[in-house]
Amino acid sequence: MKRIEAIIRPSALRGVLDALKKVGYPGVTVMEVSGHGKQKGITESYRGQSVEGLLPKLMIVAVVDNDQVEEVVEVISKAAKTGEIGDGKIFVSPVDNAFRIRTGEKGDKALN
Amino acid sequence: MKFLEFCFSRKGAIAALMMTLSFLAVSSLLAQTAAAPAAATTAAAPAAAPAAPAISAGDTAWVLASAALVLLMTPGLAFFYAGMVRKKNVMATIMQSFAMIALISVQWVIFGYSWAFGDGTPWMGGFKWLMLNNMPDVSPLAPTIPHYAYMIFQAMFAIITPALICGAYAERVKFTGFVVFSLLWASFIYDPVCHWVWSPNGYFSTLGALDFAGGTVVHMTAGYSALALALLLGTRKGYGKESMPPHNLTLVLLGASLLWFGWFGFNAGSACAANGLACNAFVTTNTATAMAAISWCLIEFFHRGKATTLGAASGAVAGLVAITPACGFVNVAGSLWIGLLVSGFCYLAIQVKIKLGYDDSLDAFGVHGVGGTFGAIATGLWAVKSVNGHDGFFAGNPAQLWIQVQTVLATMIFSFLGTVVLYFLVEKTIGLRVSAKEEELGLDLSQHGEEGYING
Repeated sequence: MKRIEAIIRPSALRGVLDALKKVGYPGVTVMEVSGHGKQKGITESYRGQSVEGLLPKLMIVAVVDNDQVEEVVEVISKAAKTGEIGDGKIFVSPVDNAFRIRTGEKGDKALN
Repeated sequence: MKFLEFCFSRKGAIAALMMTLSFLAVSSLLAQTAAAPAAATTAAAPAAAPAAPAISAGDTAWVLASAALVLLMTPGLAFFYAGMVRKKNVMATIMQSFAMIALISVQWVIFGYSWAFGDGTPWMGGFKWLMLNNMPDVSPLAPTIPHYAYMIFQAMFAIITPALICGAYAERVKFTGFVVFSLLWASFIYDPVCHWVWSPNGYFSTLGALDFAGGTVVHMTAGYSALALALLLGTRKGYGKESMPPHNLTLVLLGASLLWFGWFGFNAGSACAANGLACNAFVTTNTATAMAAISWCLIEFFHRGKATTLGAASGAVAGLVAITPACGFVNVAGSLWIGLLVSGFCYLAIQVKIKLGYDDSLDAFGVHGVGGTFGAIATGLWAVKSVNGHDGFFAGNPAQLWIQVQTVLATMIFSFLGTVVLYFLVEKTIGLRVSAKEEELGLDLSQHGEEGYING
């Protein structure tokens, strides 16, 4: 089991969700996050006082079987890509276990 | 000794305050049972004073409606300020304004109105109108409306003025200390200055000072007290190191809009009649405010490259502040000048504040102190006889400008020094600043045990 965390542009969400649905991975969690990469944040100004602001992004989290990782990453990358700086990043990390609360199923069974 | 300790403890001070208030209330109630309930019946007896102008239904309706409009300014101010603080202090900031509605409403009818508008010396009203007893049927300041209408209209001014100061000490005052300080401030700074400038026998009133709706009385007193408190209380923890951007600008804009709306009652209502002068005040108020919002945005655009909503709101409030003393004395041309120039002064004051490093957190001084001072002086510059019988400097009457300057200086010095005294009085007894730990946690949790935004 792997956890896929994709940090994407808020405007890319709809496209990414549709693309994921087409290949059959509806189980996602989306979070509003903010941050900056190499492109840095935006300077905000309040009554003339500068504040370093962060850029709004969305983080899509999905936990999938090991053999699905490649496909999901590819689908997200394709849908979220504009080619400009700030398209985001995808992180993949191992997951020890998963439990479905309703049925008590464990491991891979809890995912699908 | 235990009793003395109790007196100087936090609970003791509150107990003493409550006892004083209830004593005043009870004694005045006793006095009232002896006297006839005068004012309540006056509306039904129009033949009370044959020489005086009759009560006008239209004027009374307008002043009562204006009083309600001015009341709405204080919640408006609460949102304006609350949007600018950090999330953890949103409710405490709203509460500071809301508490003033409750506290000063009571203070005003018990003794505040008597101290501010009652007969007495040129420097202070007296005790004659405690609990609104012994008041004449009409005030000489508003001869065509019942005295109660004028009194409750003025109550709304007394409420919002101490609330304005909150912008200077936002995010770091103890609620108990704040309550005691504000009550003392309303009684010993607002009420006297109000008497000097507006009461018929007040010193600056007899001198001929022009303050149509409270540029000196409201905005300068609050503004210079705010400066004193910002300096005395010190900066917020982490000020200058952490960024502290407004947590909800939509609230700020909601508040600014409510202020603009309510200000028509504040300024046009100050004509105390539904007449041409009220219309003049209404139009100059709207014009100066709009102009100031434009000029603030322009300054930002040239200084920072972008016009902001916070700038538009700040400019609008600065314009409202500056036109307040002038609205019933200047014409539209004057109001345009006032609106155009005030933003520059306020914006400059805020940039200087950032350089100097003191923490007038929400710019109570930068907007109300500076804008109020400019407005009071500007009244002496742009007043024209055709509006309300007084000429200013540009109409060939430099003497008026000198009177304005004297009033400005007296208000400035008295508010600043008076606040210093009251600050030490409160800080040395119950304390005005929260502990570092409470400040870190946020005032919502540490002072009120609640949060503004809760999950679930």
